[in-house]
Amino acid sequence: MGEEKPKLMTEDGRRVDGRRPDELRPTEIEVGILKNADGSALIRQGKNRIMVAVYGPRELHPRHLALPDRAIVRCRYHMAPFSVPERKSPAPTRREIELSKVIREALEPAIILEAFPRTTIDIFIEVLQADGGTRTASITAAAVALADAGIPMRDLVAAVAVGKVDGVLVLDLNHLEDQYGGGDMPVAMMPSLEEITLLQADGTFTLEELEKGLKLAMKGIRELYEIQKRALRERYSSLAVELREGRR
Amino acid sequence: MSRPEEIIPKLRKDTIISLLSQGRRLDNRRPDEFRELKIEANVIERADGSALVSLGNTMVIAGVKAVLGTPYPDSPNEGAQIVNAELIPLASPVFEPGPPGEEDVELSRVVDRALRSAGAIDLRELAIVPGRRAWCIYIDIYALNHDGNLIDASALAAVAALYTAKIPEVEVRGTEVRVKEERRGLPMRDVPVTVTFAKIGGEIVVDPCYEEELVMDARITFGIDGKGNLCAIQKGLRGTFTCEEVVRAASLARKLSMSLREAVVKLKA
Repeated sequence: MGEEKPKLMTEDGRRVDGRRPDELRPTEIEVGILKNADGSALIRQGKNRIMVAVYGPRELHPRHLALPDRAIVRCRYHMAPFSVPERKSPAPTRREIELSKVIREALEPAIILEAFPRTTIDIFIEVLQADGGTRTASITAAAVALADAGIPMRDLVAAVAVGKVDGVLVLDLNHLEDQYGGGDMPVAMMPSLEEITLLQADGTFTLEELEKGLKLAMKGIRELYEIQKRALRERYSSLAVELREGRR
Repeated sequence: MSRPEEIIPKLRKDTIISLLSQGRRLDNRRPDEFRELKIEANVIERADGSALVSLGNTMVIAGVKAVLGTPYPDSPNEGAQIVNAELIPLASPVFEPGPPGEEDVELSRVVDRALRSAGAIDLRELAIVPGRRAWCIYIDIYALNHDGNLIDASALAAVAALYTAKIPEVEVRGTEVRVKEERRGLPMRDVPVTVTFAKIGGEIVVDPCYEEELVMDARITFGIDGKGNLCAIQKGLRGTFTCEEVVRAASLARKLSMSLREAVVKLKA
């Protein structure tokens, strides 16, 4: 942690990038951007640029990992060496190993795994540019990529972090707020079912802040859910037009 | 990637769930009751600090070693805290030899976060020569017998080992650092503990034993600091929680954290 902490909140309650405490960063999702993958998505959230590819359901090697009654999910979250200010070694760090696990567990509840016994669904996440909240943006994009792969799901999963900046609860931390703020609580939910699929926190929170933080996260998650659905609709309505006009 | 799930006879699972629906558990505990906790400190003379924790049949040992090192460039006036955990095959037939897997990494990172967020060790007091020399506090956690809830047992072992550790005094002459014979306690500012719950068929129980872990749908851990605030949260596995369940569990965790912390603080009394 650096020595001098920059001012993160102005007197009139605006954040370093001009947002209100309960405001998401501008977020765009593009669907079906990778030809080889069965499903794919690119998310831009603030300065985050994250690409997700889904392969599967497909045959699993080594075969002894397969389950007789459902598909397994494998997930790799990886940051490109150039995605952060100081070059990061391409070898997976302990952080990336943990995030791969929690992201997988955030998505699994939404996937109807029972539909594909003995197979694997592989999710590959590449963070091309990081700006805070990469795990949550990865989940939001991965859920869309899974839907794009045609995998049956109970719901989408959308995720956002809530944090504490100069004592104020704020939505969707950027890199600076994450680094110097007083706490970071990433939350993922199935928005229609209102069930939490990922919850982590560091820094300190009172019980009241936890309760308020979950409500604030849910507000952001509902907005991201609309962005996800819009991205999927756009992708398939333009695909339908291309097919009709014989361009595919 | 996750190891293949253990096979638990379906009958056993049905038993656990039907008992829980009556508010009972396999070992007659209440849903909000921890197993018997024992902590023994200073069990390893060669370590600067150590603790052996048993939580029912779960057994975990943590050792602390203070090593003179160079501070991280972005925190020249601070020492370092490094937590490492290993689920070794000695502790259970389900653990295999090899490099740390995702469960080992998750375990060590959750313990690390709880200690760090609570400010358990005053890292500034571990600086010796700014930018050049500082104490690095290594906390190594080994599971010895796995009967469920390794997170809480590991966090207790880690904090108990730190709380009772004695590191050498140093003498600074210019940029030269001499390690002396005399020892002092670590600059501890808080004693955080973790409280872990399992969700099994819609019921939530604290401190799951191994058989309960085999049938749990989801797991959630809360780190609680000495002020009763949350200093870490980690949800795990494929199940889900509602907001109400999280808030209820967090407030129960705060209540249960007190007797755990007492057991650690008692070690120095």
